[in-house]
Amino acid sequence: MPTSDELKQRIETALPGAAVSVEDTTGGGDHFRAEVVSDRFDGLSRIQQHKLVYDVFGAEVGGPIHALSIKTSTPGGTP
Amino acid sequence: MTNTEIREFIENAIAENPVMLFMKGSPEQPACGFSARTAACLNALGVRYAALDILPDPRIREELSGLSDWPTIPQLFVKGELVGGADIVTEMYESGELAELLEAEQPEDAEEVAAQSEAPVGNGPLPLENRLD
Repeated sequence: MPTSDELKQRIETALPGAAVSVEDTTGGGDHFRAEVVSDRFDGLSRIQQHKLVYDVFGAEVGGPIHALSIKTSTPGGTP
Repeated sequence: MTNTEIREFIENAIAENPVMLFMKGSPEQPACGFSARTAACLNALGVRYAALDILPDPRIREELSGLSDWPTIPQLFVKGELVGGADIVTEMYESGELAELLEAEQPEDAEEVAAQSEAPVGNGPLPLENRLD
């Protein structure tokens, strides 16, 4: 069962330099909320930003990770 | 029904409906909080939209996600383009971008309106007949 720390580390590995916080919203290890601040998002649409985060987990989203709620922004502010 | 037929059905639904929501359950009876939240944003703006329940056949979700390259449900398409899932739609609703995109009027107290919104009668969800059965 994934933990919020594990998810946080994996996002940080995939997006070096990103400020990441992950919360297990139900405590059940399958519903998570991730807030990611990264300059990699600069110039990307919201869809593209969220896809970068979803791509870290591939088919696990919808599988063991039942729900992953995402909020992305750049260090300069919201897109 | 073959997977190809399902994919064609989805493609047609996106092409034929300017505001197309794929969700779990229906706007009247959403089967998931994220789907409920997304439908509520559209309801609050009073726009007409078509909605398709993806639950009756697991292949609907597989084909939809294959097509959109987006892993989760709900998925909102406007004029053939994926706008996003529950998080993006909510953010855009609260900021007024969704109203702008849909040429609708932003409610004054947007957050409260969405929380209370039920599918409006007459001006609301355009039920897309589930021809996949």
